[in-house]
Amino acid sequence: MIVAIILLLVAVGSVLFHIYSPWWWTPIATNWRYIDDTINITFWITGVVFFAVIAFMAYCVFRFHHKEGRQAAYNPENKKLEWWLSIGTAVGVGAMLAPGLFVWHQFVTVPADATEIEVMGQQWSWNFRLPGKDGRMGTTDVRFVSAENPLGLNPDDQHGQDDVVIASDDLHLPVGKPVKVLLRSLDVLHDFYVPEFRAKMDMVPGMVTYFWMTPIRTGTFDVLCAELCGSAHSQMRAKVIVDEERDYQAWLEKQKTFAELSGQSAVMKATYKSGGK
Amino acid sequence: MVDVQYDALADAPPAEVPEVELYHPKSWWTRYVFSQDAKVIAIQYSLTATAIGLVALVLSWMMRLQLGFPGTFSFIDANQYLQFITMHGMIMVIYLLTALFLGGFGNYLIPLMVGARDMVFPYVNMLSYWVYLLAVLVLASTFFVPGGPTGAGWTLYPPQAILSGTPGQDWGIILMLASLILFIIGFTMGGLNYVVTVLQARTRGMTLMRMPLTVWGIFTATIMALLAFPALFVASVMMLFDRVLGTSFFMPALVEMGQQMKYGGGSPILFQHLFWFFGHPEVYIVALPAFGIVSDLISTHARKNIFGYRMMVWAIVAIGALSFIVWAHHMYVSGMHPKFGFFFATTTLIIAIPTAIKVYNWVLTLWRGDIHLTVPMLFALGFIITFVNGGLTGLFLGNVVVDVPLSDTMFVVAHFHMVMGVAPIMVVLGAIYHWYPKMTGRMLNDALGKFHFWVTFLGAYLIFFPMHYIGLLGVPRRYHDIGEAAFIPSSTHTLNAFISIMALIVGFAQMVFLFNLVWSYFKGRPSGGNPWRATTLEWQTPETPPGHGNWGKELPVVYRWAYDYSVPGAAQDFIPQNQPRAKPALQGAAP
Repeated sequence: MIVAIILLLVAVGSVLFHIYSPWWWTPIATNWRYIDDTINITFWITGVVFFAVIAFMAYCVFRFHHKEGRQAAYNPENKKLEWWLSIGTAVGVGAMLAPGLFVWHQFVTVPADATEIEVMGQQWSWNFRLPGKDGRMGTTDVRFVSAENPLGLNPDDQHGQDDVVIASDDLHLPVGKPVKVLLRSLDVLHDFYVPEFRAKMDMVPGMVTYFWMTPIRTGTFDVLCAELCGSAHSQMRAKVIVDEERDYQAWLEKQKTFAELSGQSAVMKATYKSGGK
Repeated sequence: MVDVQYDALADAPPAEVPEVELYHPKSWWTRYVFSQDAKVIAIQYSLTATAIGLVALVLSWMMRLQLGFPGTFSFIDANQYLQFITMHGMIMVIYLLTALFLGGFGNYLIPLMVGARDMVFPYVNMLSYWVYLLAVLVLASTFFVPGGPTGAGWTLYPPQAILSGTPGQDWGIILMLASLILFIIGFTMGGLNYVVTVLQARTRGMTLMRMPLTVWGIFTATIMALLAFPALFVASVMMLFDRVLGTSFFMPALVEMGQQMKYGGGSPILFQHLFWFFGHPEVYIVALPAFGIVSDLISTHARKNIFGYRMMVWAIVAIGALSFIVWAHHMYVSGMHPKFGFFFATTTLIIAIPTAIKVYNWVLTLWRGDIHLTVPMLFALGFIITFVNGGLTGLFLGNVVVDVPLSDTMFVVAHFHMVMGVAPIMVVLGAIYHWYPKMTGRMLNDALGKFHFWVTFLGAYLIFFPMHYIGLLGVPRRYHDIGEAAFIPSSTHTLNAFISIMALIVGFAQMVFLFNLVWSYFKGRPSGGNPWRATTLEWQTPETPPGHGNWGKELPVVYRWAYDYSVPGAAQDFIPQNQPRAKPALQGAAP
């Protein structure tokens, strides 16, 4: 009796905790509301199954626990019941899988008008790059990486000269415009993770990965690393600021291009060599 | 209701098996240390696994102290935290759960349950344990080498695992890989034994479809392990080469801390495929023996046949087969080709169907049963709850698009602890309470057992159920300190502190259990040969604990399936598998 009640309390308590928990996902900031919807569908279906199974079990313990003279029934199989349960389960699974795959199709289909931007991770900081006026980003290679060229841009690639380079600083994005986020890493696996964006993807040295999204509200969001990358994994932080178009342009004006940055360091080098003259 | 005729086979005549040549021990050393008796080897495996498991338990306390009270304990820094999570995960998954289910329960139960005198290759079986012990010692030694154990996470993803930004890069990672290689060698020797024993050494009348589900679970899991561990073996060898010889299997051209490295051309994602080709079957290598054992616990203690035996067998086999084509659901956000997501999400959710059938059949076995709420039965009920909970959250993570926000968060940590930590350990504990009397001839103390169950079950549930919501909030895993982040409310810290306190309590409850094991060995109530009045062969041995060779002069002969509980008209509510059918019934059942 007591055992049955405790089992039932576990089921009821879990449901109540779910309803009243103050710990819930952060308000979404991108177009991926469909992902939240799919999670909600999954919560409903799995919640019903969880409660039904545990409640049935609690009832069995309550109704059929050992008493003097009780004898268990002898029924090895019930084909019909087993088939119905299998079919019901398959329907429930389908009800979760179908919307899931539908949304995944959107997730992997990048709209043609998405602007490409680049995020590059290294132990343990974030760098960003935006295409310049030509709308194309230049090629890169880790062989080009140096103190003056932290992102490893190809100095001979014309498309790269006007790229906006943001080394170890915050990223700004305009609201309402789809972006394809290209992801690179210099050293180990990282993962560009902004909880409010829902989307995330690992960054793998030696290849370029991506995801896409459209920011739907302005604000400042924490960037965290979600793939273990060594000692300072938890301190690898930055911020993404989603701006109105006007503020975004104002910020963009102030950023330096690759050409400007490498020109600057060339000047600095020359100055150093000539003793400041 | 369709009644199925299980004993279609004619009753077998008494076995005319010549006495098997066994290596009988001649001294204390060969009886207790270098023993070739599967039962002794089983106990050696179990004690070693428990010992290293206690290390993992202490490590989990350290982690929870840090997470619950960040900054309070100066002896835990970021590097140590990573070393703790790595060693905790590796020990629990491989050196404890795999070793305990297959090396421990497999060795003890397979020969007894199929009616064999021993494993078919006793000498290799003994070697298997000693190589396993060596693997454990190599693993434990990493705590004492310069730089300490590796902090790469139990998944050991390169390039991070072998670069200097990760603790334990000097010796820790090399010894970890060496230990894994040793473990797999040792396991292969044992695993071949279990499979051949089940296929070749079953006694007369023990058809495959009369085997207890425990044997089915361990048998299928062993075949899977023999197919899956080689992937980890080659991955470990390749990474060892990358680390020691400077090859580039998994290492692309990269810049580490401003230094150009000599590596080039390798693929970090290749490692992930190899790792998870092992790693996902590994989940079921732990789960299937648990499924099998819990089926037998429920049936015995509910005094009722397992519901849908044939469906249960086929579900075990189907899960085992399917589990080899779902591995990349651990890699949805790894950067592999995104279209793979369609395939792996579909296969992953399909595996939910045979798994759900098993759950239904467990609870339907309780229906109209005669449920004895013994300690093993309580653990079985605890298993069902935690397994259903953990299995259902698997439907979140398996469904590719839902996984995207949840991957690498505490939701994942909560999910896999519930489904392959708490749930299988519920079964391990239930199974120990169930078979301890056969192993020692004494019952474990019941009151201590009930205390142990309630604290462990409710405590573990209170640890891992709320943890899902920390992950839903967005807190990443493998963070020794979440630090400042605008999206995390301060109440999360309170919840973390609560979880940590529960973890300490649950850990201490295990000390009560260990005390019970020792105390009952000397002072426990004598159990007799078949205290649970169970049908399976291991309870019908002439001696308890069974002697070397298990059976007397003649091997038992099996006349019926393993689940003849509460058969209508029978004199008692169980009929052992080796009890011949009564003559009148035999005539009545003629075609």
